[in-house]
Amino acid sequence: MRPFAFQKVNNAAEALKSKKAEAQFIAGGTNLVDLMKKHIAQPEALLDVSAALPKDIAVSGKGILIGAMARNTDLTLNKDILARYPLVARAVLAGASPQIRNMASVGGNLLQRTRCPYFYDVSTPCNKRKPDSGCGALNGAERMSAIVGYNEKCVAVHPSDLCVALAALDAEVKIMTPDKKEKTIPFLQFHKLPEATPWKDNTLPENALITQVYIPENPFHQHFAYLKLRDRTSYAFALVSVAAALHLENGKIKAARLASGGVAHKPWRWYEAEEFLKGKTPSEAVFAEAAERVVKGTKPLAGNAFKVPMLKGAVETALQNCLTPL
Amino acid sequence: MTKQHYSRRFFLKSSAAFTALAALPAGVKAFYVDVENVVLPPRQMLPLKIKVNRQEYEVQADSRTTLLDLLRENLGLTGSKKGCDHGQCGACTVHINGERVLSCLTLAAMVPGQEVTTIEGLADGDKLHPMQQAFIECDGFQCGYCTPGQIMSAVACVKEGRTGSVEEIKEFMSGNLCRCGAYNGIVQSIQKVAAL
Repeated sequence: MRPFAFQKVNNAAEALKSKKAEAQFIAGGTNLVDLMKKHIAQPEALLDVSAALPKDIAVSGKGILIGAMARNTDLTLNKDILARYPLVARAVLAGASPQIRNMASVGGNLLQRTRCPYFYDVSTPCNKRKPDSGCGALNGAERMSAIVGYNEKCVAVHPSDLCVALAALDAEVKIMTPDKKEKTIPFLQFHKLPEATPWKDNTLPENALITQVYIPENPFHQHFAYLKLRDRTSYAFALVSVAAALHLENGKIKAARLASGGVAHKPWRWYEAEEFLKGKTPSEAVFAEAAERVVKGTKPLAGNAFKVPMLKGAVETALQNCLTPL
Repeated sequence: MTKQHYSRRFFLKSSAAFTALAALPAGVKAFYVDVENVVLPPRQMLPLKIKVNRQEYEVQADSRTTLLDLLRENLGLTGSKKGCDHGQCGACTVHINGERVLSCLTLAAMVPGQEVTTIEGLADGDKLHPMQQAFIECDGFQCGYCTPGQIMSAVACVKEGRTGSVEEIKEFMSGNLCRCGAYNGIVQSIQKVAAL
Protein backbone atom coordinates (compact mmCIF):
# COMPACT_ATOMS: atom_id res chain seq x y z
CA MET A 1 0.00 0.00 0.00
CA ARG A 2 1.20 3.51 -0.78
CA PRO A 3 1.60 5.76 2.26
CA PHE A 4 -1.29 8.14 2.85
CA ALA A 5 -2.36 10.74 5.38
CA PHE A 6 -5.34 9.66 7.47
CA GLN A 7 -7.93 12.09 8.76
CA LYS A 8 -11.24 11.52 10.52
CA VAL A 9 -13.90 14.12 9.76
CA ASN A 10 -16.92 14.89 11.92
CA ASN A 11 -19.53 16.12 9.45
CA ALA A 12 -20.26 16.38 5.74
CA ALA A 13 -19.22 20.04 5.53
CA GLU A 14 -15.84 19.28 7.08
CA ALA A 15 -15.44 16.28 4.77
CA LEU A 16 -16.10 18.40 1.67
CA LYS A 17 -13.86 21.21 2.88
CA SER A 18 -10.97 18.82 3.56
CA LYS A 19 -11.33 16.93 0.27
CA LYS A 20 -8.53 17.47 -2.20
CA ALA A 21 -8.39 15.86 -5.63
CA GLU A 22 -5.78 13.28 -4.53
CA ALA A 23 -7.77 12.31 -1.44
CA GLN A 24 -10.49 9.71 -1.17
CA PHE A 25 -13.35 9.28 1.26
CA ILE A 26 -13.42 6.00 3.18
CA ALA A 27 -16.52 4.54 4.83
CA GLY A 28 -16.67 0.76 5.34
CA GLY A 29 -13.41 0.25 3.47
CA THR A 30 -14.31 -3.23 2.20
CA ASN A 31 -13.59 -2.29 -1.41
CA LEU A 32 -11.17 0.64 -1.08
CA VAL A 33 -8.69 -1.03 1.33
CA ASP A 34 -8.54 -4.04 -0.99
CA LEU A 35 -7.92 -1.79 -4.02
CA MET A 36 -5.21 0.09 -2.13
CA LYS A 37 -3.45 -3.15 -1.21
CA LYS A 38 -3.40 -4.03 -4.90
CA HIS A 39 -2.12 -0.55 -5.85
CA ILE A 40 -5.23 0.02 -7.96
CA ALA A 41 -6.35 2.90 -5.76
CA GLN A 42 -3.48 5.10 -4.58
CA PRO A 43 -4.95 8.05 -2.71
CA GLU A 44 -2.53 10.43 -1.01
CA ALA A 45 -4.99 10.99 1.79
CA LEU A 46 -7.99 9.20 3.26
CA LEU A 47 -10.88 11.06 4.85
CA ASP A 48 -12.78 8.78 7.22
CA VAL A 49 -16.44 9.79 6.84
CA SER A 50 -17.84 7.02 9.05
CA ALA A 51 -18.80 9.54 11.75
CA ALA A 52 -19.66 12.32 9.32
CA LEU A 53 -22.65 10.91 7.45
CA PRO A 54 -26.12 9.82 8.59
CA LYS A 55 -26.64 6.13 9.31
CA ASP A 56 -30.31 6.08 10.23
CA ILE A 57 -33.08 4.54 8.13
CA ALA A 58 -36.31 6.49 8.48
CA VAL A 59 -39.70 6.66 6.80
CA SER A 60 -39.86 10.05 5.12
CA GLY A 61 -43.04 11.33 3.50
CA LYS A 62 -44.21 8.54 1.21
CA GLY A 63 -40.86 6.82 0.96
CA ILE A 64 -37.86 5.88 3.03
CA LEU A 65 -34.54 7.67 3.54
CA ILE A 66 -31.44 5.59 4.12
CA GLY A 67 -28.33 7.27 5.51
CA ALA A 68 -25.19 6.76 3.43
CA MET A 69 -23.44 5.25 6.47
CA ALA A 70 -26.18 2.70 7.17
CA ARG A 71 -24.49 -0.69 7.06
CA ASN A 72 -25.61 -3.24 4.49
CA THR A 73 -26.71 -5.44 7.40
CA ASP A 74 -28.96 -2.64 8.70
CA LEU A 75 -31.01 -2.92 5.49
CA THR A 76 -31.64 -6.60 6.20
CA LEU A 77 -32.92 -5.99 9.75
CA ASN A 78 -34.81 -2.68 9.57
CA LYS A 79 -38.52 -3.32 10.08
CA ASP A 80 -39.68 -0.63 7.64
CA ILE A 81 -37.42 -2.00 4.90
CA LEU A 82 -38.63 -5.54 5.59
CA ALA A 83 -42.30 -4.50 5.57
CA ARG A 84 -42.32 -2.04 2.68
CA TYR A 85 -39.20 -2.72 0.59
CA PRO A 86 -38.38 -6.40 1.21
CA LEU A 87 -36.78 -6.70 -2.24
CA VAL A 88 -33.96 -4.47 -0.96
CA ALA A 89 -33.25 -6.74 2.03
CA ARG A 90 -33.41 -9.80 -0.21
CA ALA A 91 -30.89 -8.36 -2.66
CA VAL A 92 -28.47 -7.33 0.11
CA LEU A 93 -28.59 -10.83 1.62
CA ALA A 94 -27.64 -12.28 -1.77
CA GLY A 95 -24.39 -10.32 -1.75
CA ALA A 96 -21.01 -10.63 0.00
CA SER A 97 -20.71 -12.34 3.41
CA PRO A 98 -22.12 -11.45 6.84
CA GLN A 99 -18.75 -9.96 7.85
CA ILE A 100 -18.60 -7.72 4.78
CA ARG A 101 -22.26 -6.70 5.11
CA ASN A 102 -21.52 -5.64 8.70
CA MET A 103 -18.75 -3.34 7.47
CA ALA A 104 -19.94 -2.06 4.10
CA SER A 105 -21.93 1.18 3.94
CA VAL A 106 -24.86 1.88 1.64
CA GLY A 107 -23.09 4.86 0.06
CA GLY A 108 -19.97 2.75 -0.48
CA ASN A 109 -22.01 -0.04 -2.03
CA LEU A 110 -23.11 2.38 -4.77
CA LEU A 111 -19.50 3.44 -5.37
CA GLN A 112 -17.85 0.00 -5.40
CA ARG A 113 -15.66 -0.71 -8.40
CA THR A 114 -16.08 -3.56 -10.86
CA ARG A 115 -14.73 -7.04 -10.10
CA CYS A 116 -13.58 -7.55 -13.70
CA PRO A 117 -10.40 -9.67 -13.36
CA TYR A 118 -8.56 -7.39 -15.79
CA PHE A 119 -9.31 -4.37 -13.61
CA TYR A 120 -7.69 -6.24 -10.70
CA ASP A 121 -4.67 -7.56 -12.63
CA VAL A 122 -2.30 -4.59 -12.85
CA SER A 123 -0.13 -6.40 -15.43
CA THR A 124 -2.93 -6.20 -18.04
CA PRO A 125 -4.38 -3.19 -19.82
CA CYS A 126 -7.64 -1.78 -18.46
CA ASN A 127 -9.27 1.48 -19.46
CA LYS A 128 -11.06 1.61 -16.15
CA ARG A 129 -7.84 1.39 -14.14
CA LYS A 130 -5.60 3.29 -16.54
CA PRO A 131 -7.43 5.51 -19.05
CA ASP A 132 -6.72 4.72 -22.70
CA SER A 133 -4.55 1.68 -21.95
CA GLY A 134 -7.03 -0.65 -23.70
CA CYS A 135 -9.42 -3.38 -22.56
CA GLY A 136 -7.85 -6.70 -21.60
CA ALA A 137 -11.19 -8.39 -21.11
CA LEU A 138 -12.41 -7.83 -24.67
CA ASN A 139 -11.35 -10.92 -26.64
CA GLY A 140 -9.83 -12.24 -23.41
CA ALA A 141 -11.46 -14.34 -20.72
CA GLU A 142 -14.85 -12.72 -21.10
CA ARG A 143 -16.87 -15.15 -19.03
CA MET A 144 -17.89 -12.57 -16.40
CA SER A 145 -18.28 -9.67 -18.85
CA ALA A 146 -21.28 -7.67 -20.01
CA ILE A 147 -23.90 -8.78 -22.54
CA VAL A 148 -25.54 -5.41 -23.01
CA GLY A 149 -24.55 -1.73 -23.06
CA TYR A 150 -20.80 -2.28 -23.42
CA ASN A 151 -18.39 -0.93 -26.02
CA GLU A 152 -14.88 -1.81 -27.21
CA LYS A 153 -13.39 0.32 -24.43
CA CYS A 154 -14.93 -1.61 -21.53
CA VAL A 155 -16.95 -4.80 -21.03
CA ALA A 156 -16.95 -4.75 -17.22
CA VAL A 157 -20.11 -5.25 -15.16
CA HIS A 158 -21.30 -3.51 -12.02
CA PRO A 159 -21.01 -5.95 -9.10
CA SER A 160 -23.66 -4.72 -6.64
CA ASP A 161 -26.83 -6.63 -5.70
CA LEU A 162 -28.30 -3.80 -3.63
CA CYS A 163 -28.06 -1.50 -6.66
CA VAL A 164 -30.13 -3.90 -8.78
CA ALA A 165 -32.99 -3.65 -6.25
CA LEU A 166 -32.60 0.14 -6.01
CA ALA A 167 -32.71 0.39 -9.81
CA ALA A 168 -35.87 -1.73 -9.92
CA LEU A 169 -37.55 0.47 -7.30
CA ASP A 170 -36.63 3.82 -8.91
CA ALA A 171 -34.60 5.03 -5.94
CA GLU A 172 -32.84 8.41 -5.79
CA VAL A 173 -29.35 9.31 -4.65
CA LYS A 174 -29.02 12.39 -2.43
CA ILE A 175 -25.64 14.04 -2.71
CA MET A 176 -23.79 17.09 -1.40
CA THR A 177 -21.50 18.91 -3.81
CA PRO A 178 -18.21 20.62 -2.82
CA ASP A 179 -20.03 23.97 -2.64
CA LYS A 180 -22.33 22.30 -0.05
CA LYS A 181 -25.38 22.24 -2.32
CA GLU A 182 -27.73 19.29 -1.89
CA LYS A 183 -28.79 17.56 -5.10
CA THR A 184 -30.76 14.51 -6.12
CA ILE A 185 -29.73 12.10 -8.87
CA PRO A 186 -32.30 9.52 -10.09
CA PHE A 187 -30.81 6.10 -9.39
CA LEU A 188 -30.90 5.01 -13.01
CA GLN A 189 -28.84 8.05 -13.96
CA PHE A 190 -26.35 7.55 -11.14
CA HIS A 191 -24.36 4.75 -12.73
CA LYS A 192 -23.31 5.19 -16.35
CA LEU A 193 -22.32 3.09 -19.33
CA PRO A 194 -18.64 3.01 -20.37
CA GLU A 195 -19.11 5.48 -23.27
CA ALA A 196 -15.83 7.31 -23.98
CA THR A 197 -14.91 7.43 -20.27
CA PRO A 198 -15.00 3.88 -18.84
CA TRP A 199 -12.80 4.99 -15.94
CA LYS A 200 -15.82 6.84 -14.58
CA ASP A 201 -18.38 4.47 -13.06
CA ASN A 202 -21.01 7.06 -12.23
CA THR A 203 -22.22 10.62 -12.55
CA LEU A 204 -21.35 11.71 -9.01
CA PRO A 205 -19.62 15.09 -9.44
CA GLU A 206 -15.92 15.34 -8.57
CA ASN A 207 -15.31 15.56 -4.79
CA ALA A 208 -19.03 15.25 -3.97
CA LEU A 209 -20.44 13.01 -1.23
CA ILE A 210 -23.42 10.66 -1.21
CA THR A 211 -25.42 11.54 1.92
CA GLN A 212 -28.61 9.48 1.58
CA VAL A 213 -30.55 7.12 -0.65
CA TYR A 214 -34.31 7.60 -1.04
CA ILE A 215 -36.76 4.92 -2.11
CA PRO A 216 -40.24 6.18 -3.05
CA GLU A 217 -43.38 4.37 -1.89
CA ASN A 218 -44.26 1.46 -4.17
CA PRO A 219 -46.76 -1.39 -4.38
CA PHE A 220 -44.13 -4.12 -4.81
CA HIS A 221 -43.82 -5.39 -1.24
CA GLN A 222 -45.99 -8.49 -1.73
CA HIS A 223 -44.79 -10.05 -4.96
CA PHE A 224 -41.05 -9.83 -5.42
CA ALA A 225 -38.01 -12.02 -5.95
CA TYR A 226 -34.26 -11.64 -6.19
CA LEU A 227 -32.55 -14.46 -8.03
CA LYS A 228 -28.78 -14.57 -8.26
CA LEU A 229 -26.90 -17.16 -10.28
CA ARG A 230 -23.19 -17.61 -9.60
CA ASP A 231 -20.33 -20.06 -9.65
CA ARG A 232 -21.00 -21.25 -6.11
CA THR A 233 -24.13 -21.16 -3.97
CA SER A 234 -23.02 -18.25 -1.82
CA TYR A 235 -20.38 -15.54 -1.45
CA ALA A 236 -19.63 -14.97 -5.12
CA PHE A 237 -20.42 -12.22 -7.60
CA ALA A 238 -23.32 -12.73 -9.98
CA LEU A 239 -23.02 -14.27 -13.40
CA VAL A 240 -26.52 -12.88 -13.82
CA SER A 241 -29.02 -11.69 -11.24
CA VAL A 242 -32.66 -10.66 -11.57
CA ALA A 243 -34.77 -8.42 -9.35
CA ALA A 244 -38.43 -8.95 -10.19
CA ALA A 245 -41.51 -7.38 -8.66
CA LEU A 246 -45.16 -7.51 -9.60
CA HIS A 247 -48.13 -5.42 -8.51
CA LEU A 248 -51.10 -7.76 -8.87
CA GLU A 249 -54.69 -6.59 -8.81
CA ASN A 250 -57.70 -8.83 -9.48
CA GLY A 251 -55.44 -11.51 -10.87
CA LYS A 252 -53.80 -9.19 -13.39
CA ILE A 253 -50.40 -7.54 -13.46
CA LYS A 254 -50.96 -3.83 -12.86
CA ALA A 255 -47.26 -3.00 -12.93
CA ALA A 256 -43.99 -4.93 -13.17
CA ARG A 257 -40.36 -4.23 -12.45
CA LEU A 258 -37.44 -6.18 -13.86
CA ALA A 259 -33.77 -5.34 -13.36
CA SER A 260 -30.52 -7.28 -13.66
CA GLY A 261 -27.01 -7.36 -12.31
CA GLY A 262 -24.01 -9.02 -13.93
CA VAL A 263 -25.12 -8.00 -17.42
CA ALA A 264 -23.96 -4.39 -17.87
CA HIS A 265 -21.69 -1.58 -16.68
CA LYS A 266 -24.63 -0.41 -14.57
CA PRO A 267 -27.67 -2.03 -12.97
CA TRP A 268 -29.91 -2.71 -15.95
CA ARG A 269 -33.69 -2.22 -16.25
CA TRP A 270 -35.70 -4.29 -18.74
CA TYR A 271 -38.33 -1.69 -19.64
CA GLU A 272 -39.74 -3.46 -22.70
CA ALA A 273 -40.49 -6.63 -20.74
CA GLU A 274 -42.02 -4.57 -17.92
CA GLU A 275 -44.27 -2.84 -20.43
CA PHE A 276 -45.24 -6.20 -21.98
CA LEU A 277 -46.25 -7.63 -18.58
CA LYS A 278 -48.58 -4.73 -17.80
CA GLY A 279 -52.24 -5.84 -17.92
CA LYS A 280 -51.41 -9.52 -18.50
CA THR A 281 -52.63 -12.43 -16.41
CA PRO A 282 -49.61 -14.19 -14.89
CA SER A 283 -48.82 -17.52 -16.55
CA GLU A 284 -45.80 -19.53 -17.56
CA ALA A 285 -46.34 -18.52 -21.19
CA VAL A 286 -46.56 -14.81 -20.33
CA PHE A 287 -43.39 -14.99 -18.22
CA ALA A 288 -41.57 -16.89 -20.99
CA GLU A 289 -42.58 -14.19 -23.48
CA ALA A 290 -41.35 -11.48 -21.07
CA ALA A 291 -38.03 -13.32 -20.70
CA GLU A 292 -37.80 -13.54 -24.48
CA ARG A 293 -38.14 -9.75 -24.65
CA VAL A 294 -35.41 -9.37 -22.03
CA VAL A 295 -32.83 -11.39 -23.93
CA LYS A 296 -33.81 -10.04 -27.36
CA GLY A 297 -31.66 -6.95 -26.85
CA THR A 298 -28.58 -8.72 -25.49
CA LYS A 299 -25.40 -9.16 -27.51
CA PRO A 300 -23.01 -11.59 -25.83
CA LEU A 301 -19.27 -11.66 -26.43
CA ALA A 302 -17.49 -14.80 -27.65
CA GLY A 303 -16.84 -16.04 -24.10
CA ASN A 304 -20.12 -15.36 -22.33
CA ALA A 305 -22.91 -16.50 -24.66
CA PHE A 306 -24.01 -18.86 -21.87
CA LYS A 307 -25.28 -15.83 -19.98
CA VAL A 308 -28.15 -15.31 -22.45
CA PRO A 309 -30.10 -18.55 -21.86
CA MET A 310 -29.10 -18.30 -18.20
CA LEU A 311 -30.65 -14.82 -17.99
CA LYS A 312 -33.78 -15.99 -19.81
CA GLY A 313 -34.29 -18.81 -17.34
CA ALA A 314 -33.51 -16.52 -14.40
CA VAL A 315 -36.17 -14.00 -15.50
CA GLU A 316 -38.81 -16.72 -15.88
CA THR A 317 -37.95 -18.25 -12.51
CA ALA A 318 -37.83 -14.88 -10.74
CA LEU A 319 -41.25 -13.95 -12.11
CA GLN A 320 -42.66 -17.32 -11.03
CA ASN A 321 -41.16 -16.81 -7.57
CA CYS A 322 -42.99 -13.48 -7.32
CA LEU A 323 -46.28 -15.41 -7.25
CA THR A 324 -45.37 -17.55 -4.26
CA PRO A 325 -46.20 -15.67 -1.06
CA LEU A 326 -43.15 -15.57 1.20
CA MET B 1 -0.97 -0.11 28.38
CA THR B 2 0.64 -3.50 28.01
CA LYS B 3 4.38 -3.86 27.92
CA GLN B 4 5.57 -5.87 24.95
CA HIS B 5 8.30 -8.43 25.55
CA TYR B 6 10.77 -9.60 22.97
CA SER B 7 9.43 -12.77 21.46
CA ARG B 8 10.91 -15.51 19.32
CA ARG B 9 8.95 -14.05 16.42
CA PHE B 10 10.46 -10.61 17.02
CA PHE B 11 13.96 -12.08 17.22
CA LEU B 12 13.57 -14.03 13.97
CA LYS B 13 12.18 -11.05 12.12
CA SER B 14 14.83 -8.64 13.37
CA SER B 15 17.74 -10.92 12.64
CA ALA B 16 16.40 -11.60 9.14
CA ALA B 17 16.05 -7.87 8.51
CA PHE B 18 19.57 -7.09 9.74
CA THR B 19 21.08 -9.85 7.64
CA ALA B 20 19.28 -8.56 4.55
CA LEU B 21 20.39 -4.99 5.24
CA ALA B 22 24.00 -5.97 5.80
CA ALA B 23 24.07 -7.93 2.56
CA LEU B 24 23.00 -4.91 0.49
CA PRO B 25 25.74 -2.60 -0.84
CA ALA B 26 25.46 0.90 0.62
CA GLY B 27 24.81 2.40 -2.83
CA VAL B 28 21.75 0.22 -3.39
CA LYS B 29 20.31 1.19 -0.02
CA ALA B 30 20.87 4.87 -0.71
CA PHE B 31 19.21 4.48 -4.09
CA TYR B 32 16.07 2.98 -2.57
CA VAL B 33 15.92 5.67 0.10
CA ASP B 34 16.16 8.30 -2.64
CA VAL B 35 13.48 6.62 -4.76
CA GLU B 36 11.20 6.33 -1.78
CA ASN B 37 11.60 10.01 -0.93
CA VAL B 38 10.86 11.11 -4.48
CA VAL B 39 8.12 8.65 -5.41
CA LEU B 40 6.22 8.05 -2.19
CA PRO B 41 4.38 10.51 -0.02
CA PRO B 42 5.68 10.64 3.56
CA ARG B 43 4.57 7.94 5.96
CA GLN B 44 2.19 8.98 8.65
CA MET B 45 2.57 7.46 12.10
CA LEU B 46 -0.59 7.65 14.19
CA PRO B 47 -0.91 7.33 17.96
CA LEU B 48 -3.76 4.85 18.44
CA LYS B 49 -5.64 3.91 21.58
CA ILE B 50 -7.29 0.59 20.94
CA LYS B 51 -9.34 -1.64 23.19
CA VAL B 52 -8.90 -5.34 22.51
CA ASN B 53 -10.33 -8.12 24.66
CA ARG B 54 -11.24 -5.63 27.42
CA GLN B 55 -7.68 -4.32 27.58
CA GLU B 56 -6.51 -0.85 26.47
CA TYR B 57 -3.44 -0.58 24.27
CA GLU B 58 -1.57 2.53 23.15
CA VAL B 59 0.50 2.04 20.02
CA GLN B 60 2.14 4.05 17.27
CA ALA B 61 1.19 2.66 13.89
CA ASP B 62 1.64 3.58 10.23
CA SER B 63 -1.66 4.86 8.79
CA ARG B 64 -1.61 1.87 6.41
CA THR B 65 -1.77 -0.68 9.21
CA THR B 66 -4.80 -2.94 9.08
CA LEU B 67 -6.44 -4.08 12.29
CA LEU B 68 -5.21 -7.60 11.49
CA ASP B 69 -1.58 -6.50 11.24
CA LEU B 70 -1.92 -4.37 14.35
CA LEU B 71 -3.26 -7.34 16.31
CA ARG B 72 -0.63 -9.74 15.06
CA GLU B 73 2.46 -7.58 14.72
CA ASN B 74 2.02 -4.82 17.30
CA LEU B 75 0.00 -6.54 20.01
CA GLY B 76 1.27 -10.09 19.57
CA LEU B 77 -2.28 -11.46 19.28
CA THR B 78 -1.55 -13.98 16.52
CA GLY B 79 -4.77 -15.95 16.92
CA SER B 80 -6.46 -14.00 14.12
CA LYS B 81 -5.02 -15.41 10.93
CA LYS B 82 -3.96 -13.84 7.65
CA GLY B 83 -5.34 -16.10 4.94
CA CYS B 84 -5.93 -14.15 1.75
CA ASP B 85 -5.59 -10.60 3.17
CA HIS B 86 -8.27 -9.52 0.65
CA GLY B 87 -11.55 -10.26 2.38
CA GLN B 88 -12.21 -13.52 0.58
CA CYS B 89 -11.49 -16.21 3.19
CA GLY B 90 -12.67 -15.01 6.62
CA ALA B 91 -9.63 -16.30 8.54
CA CYS B 92 -9.12 -12.82 10.03
CA THR B 93 -12.69 -12.50 11.40
CA VAL B 94 -12.91 -10.61 14.71
CA HIS B 95 -15.75 -8.82 16.48
CA ILE B 96 -16.03 -5.05 16.65
CA ASN B 97 -18.65 -3.95 19.16
CA GLY B 98 -19.90 -7.53 19.15
CA GLU B 99 -20.35 -7.78 15.38
CA ARG B 100 -18.23 -9.95 13.12
CA VAL B 101 -16.00 -8.06 10.66
CA LEU B 102 -12.90 -8.73 8.58
CA SER B 103 -9.83 -7.31 10.31
CA CYS B 104 -7.77 -7.49 7.09
CA LEU B 105 -10.02 -4.88 5.43
CA THR B 106 -10.32 -2.68 8.52
CA LEU B 107 -7.80 0.11 8.91
CA ALA B 108 -6.52 0.23 12.48
CA ALA B 109 -6.92 4.03 12.37
CA MET B 110 -10.70 3.56 12.14
CA VAL B 111 -10.96 1.36 15.23
CA PRO B 112 -10.29 3.67 18.25
CA GLY B 113 -13.38 4.17 20.36
CA GLN B 114 -14.68 0.70 19.55
CA GLU B 115 -14.34 -2.65 21.30
CA VAL B 116 -12.45 -5.40 19.52
CA THR B 117 -12.78 -9.05 20.51
CA THR B 118 -10.44 -11.66 19.07
CA ILE B 119 -10.24 -15.43 19.51
CA GLU B 120 -7.91 -14.79 22.48
CA GLY B 121 -10.68 -12.93 24.28
CA LEU B 122 -13.36 -15.57 23.90
CA ALA B 123 -12.53 -17.98 26.73
CA ASP B 124 -13.35 -17.17 30.33
CA GLY B 125 -9.96 -17.75 31.93
CA ASP B 126 -9.22 -21.46 31.52
CA LYS B 127 -12.81 -22.22 30.64
CA LEU B 128 -13.31 -22.42 26.88
CA HIS B 129 -16.16 -20.59 25.19
CA PRO B 130 -18.97 -23.08 24.39
CA MET B 131 -18.20 -22.67 20.68
CA GLN B 132 -14.52 -23.51 21.19
CA GLN B 133 -15.57 -26.59 23.18
CA ALA B 134 -18.07 -27.58 20.48
CA PHE B 135 -15.42 -27.31 17.73
CA ILE B 136 -13.26 -29.78 19.69
CA GLU B 137 -16.14 -32.15 20.34
CA CYS B 138 -17.55 -32.06 16.79
CA ASP B 139 -14.22 -32.15 14.90
CA GLY B 140 -14.82 -28.65 13.53
CA PHE B 141 -11.30 -28.44 12.13
CA GLN B 142 -8.31 -30.32 10.80
CA CYS B 143 -5.28 -28.08 10.22
CA GLY B 144 -6.79 -25.31 12.35
CA TYR B 145 -5.71 -22.32 10.29
CA CYS B 146 -9.23 -21.08 9.50
CA THR B 147 -10.52 -22.08 12.95
CA PRO B 148 -10.15 -18.77 14.85
CA GLY B 149 -12.07 -17.02 12.07
CA GLN B 150 -14.63 -19.84 11.88
CA ILE B 151 -15.22 -19.70 15.64
CA MET B 152 -15.56 -15.89 15.75
CA SER B 153 -17.98 -16.08 12.84
CA ALA B 154 -19.86 -19.01 14.39
CA VAL B 155 -20.33 -17.16 17.69
CA ALA B 156 -21.81 -14.22 15.76
CA CYS B 157 -23.96 -16.54 13.63
CA VAL B 158 -25.60 -17.95 16.76
CA LYS B 159 -26.02 -14.47 18.26
CA GLU B 160 -27.67 -13.26 15.03
CA GLY B 161 -30.09 -16.17 15.22
CA ARG B 162 -29.21 -17.47 11.77
CA THR B 163 -29.19 -21.14 12.80
CA GLY B 164 -32.70 -22.20 11.78
CA SER B 165 -31.54 -24.90 9.37
CA VAL B 166 -28.37 -26.42 7.97
CA GLU B 167 -28.93 -24.33 4.82
CA GLU B 168 -29.23 -21.14 6.85
CA ILE B 169 -26.07 -21.92 8.83
CA LYS B 170 -24.18 -22.64 5.61
CA GLU B 171 -25.38 -19.41 4.02
CA PHE B 172 -24.45 -17.32 7.05
CA MET B 173 -21.07 -19.02 7.40
CA SER B 174 -20.26 -18.63 3.70
CA GLY B 175 -17.71 -15.90 4.41
CA ASN B 176 -15.39 -18.42 6.10
CA LEU B 177 -13.58 -20.89 3.87
CA CYS B 178 -12.04 -24.14 5.10
CA ARG B 179 -9.67 -25.86 2.69
CA CYS B 180 -9.58 -29.03 4.81
CA GLY B 181 -13.32 -29.29 4.28
CA ALA B 182 -14.33 -29.55 7.94
CA TYR B 183 -17.65 -27.93 7.08
CA ASN B 184 -19.85 -30.73 8.45
CA GLY B 185 -18.15 -30.53 11.84
CA ILE B 186 -18.42 -26.74 11.79
CA VAL B 187 -22.16 -26.87 11.07
CA GLN B 188 -22.61 -29.46 13.86
CA SER B 189 -20.66 -27.28 16.31
CA ILE B 190 -22.94 -24.36 15.56
CA GLN B 191 -26.08 -26.49 15.92
CA LYS B 192 -24.78 -27.77 19.23
CA VAL B 193 -24.19 -24.27 20.63
CA ALA B 194 -27.45 -22.92 19.18
CA ALA B 195 -29.33 -25.66 21.04
CA LEU B 196 -27.77 -24.73 24.43
